[in-house]
Amino acid sequence: MSPAATALTLIVAIVAIGTAIGFLAGSRQRMDLEQWTVGGRGFGAGLVFLLMAGEVYTTFTFLGVSGWAYSRGAPVLYALAYPTLAYVASFFFLPQLWELGRQHRMQTQPDFFNVLYRNPYLSGLVCVVGILAFVPYIQLQLDGIGIIVSVASFGHIGRAAAMTVGTVLLVAFVVANGVRAVAWVSAVKDLLMLIAAIAIGFGIPLAYFGGIGAMFTALIQARPEHLVMPGSTPNLGHSWYMSTVLLTACGFYMWPHTFGATFTAKSADTLRRNAVVMPLYSLTLALMFFAGFAAVLILPHLQNGDLALLIVVRRTFPAWFLGVIGGAGALTAMVPAAILLLSAATLFAKNLYRPLLAPAMSDDGVARLARAMVVLLGALSLGLAIHGASTIVALLLTGYAMVAQCLPGVLLGLYWQRVTGTGVLIGLIVGVLTAVTLMSAHLDPIGGLNAGFVALCINFVATIAGSLATRASAGQVMPEAT
Amino acid sequence: MKKPSIGALALGAIPFVAMCFSVALWDRVAPTVLGLPFNLFWLIFWIVLTSCCMWGAYRFESRSENKGNRDP
Repeated sequence: MSPAATALTLIVAIVAIGTAIGFLAGSRQRMDLEQWTVGGRGFGAGLVFLLMAGEVYTTFTFLGVSGWAYSRGAPVLYALAYPTLAYVASFFFLPQLWELGRQHRMQTQPDFFNVLYRNPYLSGLVCVVGILAFVPYIQLQLDGIGIIVSVASFGHIGRAAAMTVGTVLLVAFVVANGVRAVAWVSAVKDLLMLIAAIAIGFGIPLAYFGGIGAMFTALIQARPEHLVMPGSTPNLGHSWYMSTVLLTACGFYMWPHTFGATFTAKSADTLRRNAVVMPLYSLTLALMFFAGFAAVLILPHLQNGDLALLIVVRRTFPAWFLGVIGGAGALTAMVPAAILLLSAATLFAKNLYRPLLAPAMSDDGVARLARAMVVLLGALSLGLAIHGASTIVALLLTGYAMVAQCLPGVLLGLYWQRVTGTGVLIGLIVGVLTAVTLMSAHLDPIGGLNAGFVALCINFVATIAGSLATRASAGQVMPEAT
Repeated sequence: MKKPSIGALALGAIPFVAMCFSVALWDRVAPTVLGLPFNLFWLIFWIVLTSCCMWGAYRFESRSENKGNRDP
């Protein structure tokens, strides 16, 4: 068998086995986005540690972070800082959020806005923002599938073709109601990814330079400017780093799925304990930095940095290893892509369309509408993925710029007596419009700052000004005076 | 709803200063530590220290919670 055939066969086999297991074993327990995010907590402590360490490797970290380490250099360090700081922030506000959710039986993010502000337009707009932010998130998973298949096939299968096949499979899978995977299917994926990351992160510097220290010594000699900000970019300097870290740390818990997962926690204390332990898992992310930086010297002049990790793997390891990594990577992209598609579609049908436009719609009708939306959103994301030239990291940052705009409504709702639904609605509209305008006018970064962060600041000001100028609607839940 | 204690908030502020706001001070290659450029080492080091800070904050919070429980 040729190397390409070996690698592709293994990828197809791993994806097929993974999905088959999901179909067979998953019918008892349905996996939704929250379970995916907090998945596998039912295992023993040692295994949980390994699984959580493996969960760090998403399409974003595996291909995206190594890709930016290769193409941009030091600015990618932001990816090491923001999850840690997001956990720190979560320590302080998630317990409050959980408590409020328990008192008012909240399950989803729109529930929170609905209960707190009693403003259907606001909770509707929160849904829209969530769906808009999901689109680049889905797009980056499709990008990942395209990259994996095209590299593993040694270029015989193009990215567009691979992404199209991947999307059709995904949509068919979701529409057939196949999003059923027990925790241990993603456990297999997590373990594979952890093994792959260790082999890549340590193995590649070892094979070419004799070790990680020697690799950095060589890189410092050849390209010292790549290793400090702004790295190999014209404008991603220190102010960009700070504003991006703050934006993404703020946005981390504003995604509809991470927000919703808060309500399913056992207690407020569990959330605080998580904040203590969770930062340690992002330590292993450093392995992706090693791989991306090593590729700078091994493979200079790649057009698309997101390919760097897999091309180095292809050059260094036997074809079967590329196949195993590709298969694990493809599962890593497909499982969240399927769940994200379903969640975005459900969000649209259940929390946006029915409450605002068709209150009489039956649950079956909602399910049918959601399935139609899966097809539509899949096609939209595919179109964007084929025509877009953004890097994986840039795509996730676009999602963050959108979703972080929900923060003022959450934080002020928890801590400020004077906040009103109208104020939050005005702030959210202003923030989202600012973010979209700046990004589509290619003004990101603007004045050295992340455009999403600038939009978030304007959003806060508008929310506060709007709240002071309006009265709270009847039934709004106010934070208790302390 | 109980607001976080001052001690816990102060401990939570430390990682933000160390990993975000002080970037201009540590964003350099030299000296390399354990073979890593200084900025990469600094962030990895602070991930561990952040966990320690949050453990301290956790102790603060659970202490004030216990006190609250003992009061009638």
